[in-house]
Amino acid sequence: MKKTFIARNPSALWFLAALAIFTILVTVLSESVGAGIISTSFLKTLGKTLCLCLVAIAMDVVWGYCGILSLGHFAFFGIGGYAIGMWLMYARTEGIVVTSLQSNPLPSTPQEITDAIGTQIFGVVGSSEFPALWAFSQSLPLQLLAVVLVPGLLALVFGWLAFRSRVTGVYLSILTQAMTLALSLYFFQNDTGLRGNNGLSGLQNIPGLEDRSQATVSLWFFWASAAALAMGYILFAYVVSGKFGSVIRAIRDNEARVRFLGYHVEHYKLFVFTITAMVAGIAGALYYPQAGIINPAEIAPIASIYLAVWVAIGGRGRLYGAVIGATVVSLLSSWFTGGSAPNINLGFYEIRWTDWWLVLLGVSFVLVTLFLPKGIGGLFDALVRKPDVDRQGDYGPDKGAWRDEEGAPE
Amino acid sequence: MAQTLQDILQENAEAIAKPSRRTVDKVISALADAPVDGIPTFLEDWRDKAIWQRETDGLFFSAVKNGDGLILTDLDSGEETTVADDDGFNQSKPNAGVRRVISSALVQFLLSDPDITRRQAALDAIGRAPSADQLAPLRDSIDGEPEADILARKQQLERQLTAQFDEDPDARIAAIKDLSGNVSVEARGVISQILATRAFVAAKIPENANVAKVLDVGEDLSAQEAYAQLIAAGLAPASVTPDDVKASLIANITDGRVAGFDVATLDTDNARIAAYDALVAAGDAPPFIPEADRTAAIGAHTFYLAYIEPNPEVTAAAEDADKAIGTMLAGGQAIDLTLDALSLASIYFLAAIGLAITFGVMGVINMAHGEFIMMGAYTGYVVQQFVPDYTLSILIALPLAFAVTFAGGVALERLVIRHLYHRPLETLLATFGISIVLQQLAKNIFGTQARPLTSPDWLAGAWVLNDVVQISYIRIAIFVLALLFLGLILFILKRTRLGLEVRAVTQNPGMAASMGINPDKINMMTFGLGSGIAGIAGVAIGLYAKVTSEMGSDYIVQSFMTVVVGGVGNVWGTLAGASLIGFTQKGIEWFNPSNTLAAQTYMILFVILFIQFRPKGIVALKGRAAGD
Repeated sequence: MKKTFIARNPSALWFLAALAIFTILVTVLSESVGAGIISTSFLKTLGKTLCLCLVAIAMDVVWGYCGILSLGHFAFFGIGGYAIGMWLMYARTEGIVVTSLQSNPLPSTPQEITDAIGTQIFGVVGSSEFPALWAFSQSLPLQLLAVVLVPGLLALVFGWLAFRSRVTGVYLSILTQAMTLALSLYFFQNDTGLRGNNGLSGLQNIPGLEDRSQATVSLWFFWASAAALAMGYILFAYVVSGKFGSVIRAIRDNEARVRFLGYHVEHYKLFVFTITAMVAGIAGALYYPQAGIINPAEIAPIASIYLAVWVAIGGRGRLYGAVIGATVVSLLSSWFTGGSAPNINLGFYEIRWTDWWLVLLGVSFVLVTLFLPKGIGGLFDALVRKPDVDRQGDYGPDKGAWRDEEGAPE
Repeated sequence: MAQTLQDILQENAEAIAKPSRRTVDKVISALADAPVDGIPTFLEDWRDKAIWQRETDGLFFSAVKNGDGLILTDLDSGEETTVADDDGFNQSKPNAGVRRVISSALVQFLLSDPDITRRQAALDAIGRAPSADQLAPLRDSIDGEPEADILARKQQLERQLTAQFDEDPDARIAAIKDLSGNVSVEARGVISQILATRAFVAAKIPENANVAKVLDVGEDLSAQEAYAQLIAAGLAPASVTPDDVKASLIANITDGRVAGFDVATLDTDNARIAAYDALVAAGDAPPFIPEADRTAAIGAHTFYLAYIEPNPEVTAAAEDADKAIGTMLAGGQAIDLTLDALSLASIYFLAAIGLAITFGVMGVINMAHGEFIMMGAYTGYVVQQFVPDYTLSILIALPLAFAVTFAGGVALERLVIRHLYHRPLETLLATFGISIVLQQLAKNIFGTQARPLTSPDWLAGAWVLNDVVQISYIRIAIFVLALLFLGLILFILKRTRLGLEVRAVTQNPGMAASMGINPDKINMMTFGLGSGIAGIAGVAIGLYAKVTSEMGSDYIVQSFMTVVVGGVGNVWGTLAGASLIGFTQKGIEWFNPSNTLAAQTYMILFVILFIQFRPKGIVALKGRAAGD
C-alpha cells in the first residue's frame, strides 16, 4: 500500500498552512501594502528569521536525521551570503561610479570604469585591483550559481575526505569546527580579497531597484524567504520520508549495521551533507541582503554551534522542531538584546537583560538537554497522542543515535 | 700657578668668540694638549651655543638664558652667578660646520673621560652615527682603557670604522674579514653600507666602474623601468603615457570635438589613440615613441648596478663577508624559529593538557574547558588586587586557581556531565551552554576590557643570545611549566592509586566497579583534576596574553585539535600533537612572516588533511585500550 506524500507527512501540510497564514498576516500588516503596524525593520527581522529557519531545518536533516553533528553549516550560510554580496556590491558600485565618471570631459573606457570600481570597493583594505575571487562578480546568474555551487563543492570535498576515512561522532564535529575556523580566518585576511574584517556592506541597496522604497524591497525579500522556506521544507520532508529517510535514520542510530546490510553509508551521508550545505547557501543569500552587511565574524565557529543549539531546543529529528527552535531563540534573542525586555529590579541588583540574556539562554539550553530531550517540538506529541513505543535503551549504539527519551514514531 | 681652562680660552679668545671653520681646529688642538679638566663640558656648551663672553673683561662663561638675564657658570670653579640683563655679554654662535668639528672633537675627549657612563655614551653615539673622523680618536683611546667591557666595545667599533673608513685598503679588507660571521645589526649595517650600489645605464660599461651586477632587462627590471632609466639619464626621449594622451585630448577639446573626432566616441583606448595620432599629425602634441624604437633604445644600452665604493678588492671582501653573515644569519633564524615554535607548542600543550585528561582519557567533550582557563586567569587577576607583591601573588594564584577550577569542574561533572556519559554530542552542546554562561558572567563581573595579569620582575625581559636569537623569560617559564605538568600528570596516571583507578574506570567502568572502585567518585576526581590543570594553565597564559572573558574561546578549537591530532587517550599524544601544531604553524609563518592569520588557516587545513591519513592521531592506542 503506497501512501501519498502528504499522508506520510501530515506535519508538512500543517506547517505550510501555518507559514501561508503567517505570510499573509504579515503582508496585511506591513508598511508598504497594508496597515503599517509592522515596521520595516521588524519586517526585516521576520524575513531574516525565516532564512534562519531554513538553515535550521537543513541542520536538522544533517544532525537530527543523519546523526552528523556538523559545526560548519553556518559557514556554508555565510558563503552563500558572500556570493550574493559580491554581485550586489559590484553592481551597485558600478552604478555609482558610472554616474560620477560622467562629469569627466572624456567618456570613460571600460578599463577606467573597472579600475574606479576596484578603487571604490577595495580602498578600505588599501588595494584597488580586483582579486581573482571576483572574476564573476559582474554577472548575477554566475554569482547565483556560486551561492549553490561553492557551498556544495566545499561540502562535497570536505565530506568525501571525512566520511571515507570514517571520521564520525565527536571527531567529525571537531573537524567541521576546524574547517569553519579555517574558513573564517581565511576570510579575515585582507589578502583574500573579500575586504578582510570590513566584510561586504550596503547589501540592502539592490541594484536596479533604487527607486523602490526599503519597505517594498523588504516585503519582497520576506516573500522570497517564505517561499524558500516552504520549498526547503517540502524538499527535506521528501528527503527524510520514504526509503531514503529510513536509511539515513538507520545510519544515525547504527551505522555499522547499515553498512553490513550492503548500503553505501558514505554516499548517503555525502548526499545529505552536500544538499544541506547548498540549502544553507541559499538561506544565506536571502538573509544577508536583508541584514545589509556581512563580515567574517558571521561565520566564526560559534555561529554554527548556535545553529545546533536552535535545533536542539526546538527538538531534533523533526523538521518543524528546527523551525520552532530557530524562531523562538532568534526572536527572543533580538527582543532581549534589543533592550525591549523590561529590566528586573531585585532591590540590591538590577537585572539588565542585555547583560543576562546569554546567561539565561545558556542555562535554559543545559536544562533542555538534560530534562527535555525532545525539545519544544516534543510538546506536539501530546496533541497527537500516539501510544508510547515499548522499547529498552537507546535507538542504536552510535554517538548520534536517538536517546530512549527522544523516541517518538513519526 | 697651574694653567686653567679659562687661561687657554683667553689665549684663543678671538677664535672662540667668533668661531669659523678656519680657526676651530687650532682651538681644538690647543685644548687637546692642555692638561686641564672640564674640556668636554666646555665643548658641549660651545656646540650648544651656551658659551657667552663678558665684554668688560673678555672672560668666557657657560650660561643659560633666564628671562632677559643670564645664569652664568664659571668654567673652572662651577660657581653660579645670576645677572639681570644680557647686555654686555656676547653669545658665541658656531655655525653648523663648526659644530660638526666640535662634536667629533668632543667624542675624542669623551672617549677618555674618567666617567664610565660618559665613555659609554660616546661609544653609543659612534655606534649610532659612525663617521670617518671618529676613527683616529677611537684608536687613540683604546690603549688607556681600563674597563674590560668598554675596551671590547671600543675594539669592536674600531673594526667597524676601519672596515668602512680606513684609507688603507688592506686594513679595510682585514677588518672586513674580522666582521664576517658577525650577525649583530651594526656589523650587518657596515657591510651593507660598503656594498651599497647605484643603478647606472650606459652604452658601454666604463673601465673604472666597480660593477656589482649587470642587469637583464625583462628579468631584473621591466622594460618600462629600463626605459624610465634611459629617460632619466637623458639617453632617450620621453615617452607618452596614457595619462598624457588623456590630458592632451582634454586640452584640445573644442565644441565637443578633438582633432575631428566626436568626444562621445572616445570611450575605448583605440579610439583615443587614433584621435591622439591626429593631434600629433596636426602638430598639437609630442609624438608617440613606437614600441620598436623603445626596444631598440633599451637594447643599445647596458643597465648595471655599480658599487659606490670604488675599490673592487674591498667590495669583493665585503661580498664574502656578506655571504658568511648570511649563512650565520640563516642558522640564527632557524634557531630563533625553533625556540618560537617550542614556546608556541608549550602554550598549546598547556592549554590542551587538561583536555587530554577530560577528553582524551575520559572521553568527555567539554566545550567549557576554555572558560576554565579563563577562570584561572581571572583568579590570578583577583589575587593581584589583594596581594601587591607580584612574586607572592603568583605563588598564591597557582594553587588557588587550581582549587577554584577543580571545584568548578566537580560541580559541572556532578550537575551536568554525569547524566550525559556516552552521549558525547549532547555533552558537547550542554557544556557549550555552560561556556556561554561562564563567559557572560565574567563579562558582567569584570567588564569587557582586558585585565592585566602582571608577571614578577624576574620574569620580565628576555634572554638575549645575539641580535637574532632571543627568547623572553616568560616563554621559558611557560616551557618549564609545560614540562612540569607533563611529568606531574604522567606520574599521577602511571604511578599513583588514583591514576590506576582512573585508567581502570575509563577502560571498563563495570569491571572496575566490581573490583571495588567507585566509578562515580573517580570520574568526579578525574574531571576535577583536568579542570584544575586548565585553571593553572590559565594563570600561565594570562601572564603573557591579556585576560579577557573571551580568552578561553581563543584556545578551545586549537586545544581539541591538539588532542585529536596527538591521539586520544594518551598524554604523550597531546605532547606530540602540540609539538606538531606549534612547529607546523611557525614553519608556515616562516614562508610568509607578515601574515599569521594565513599561517593559522593553513595549519588547520594541514590538520584536517593529517586526520585523513592518521584518523587515530599520532600516538594511536592499540588493542583493548583503544576501545573499539
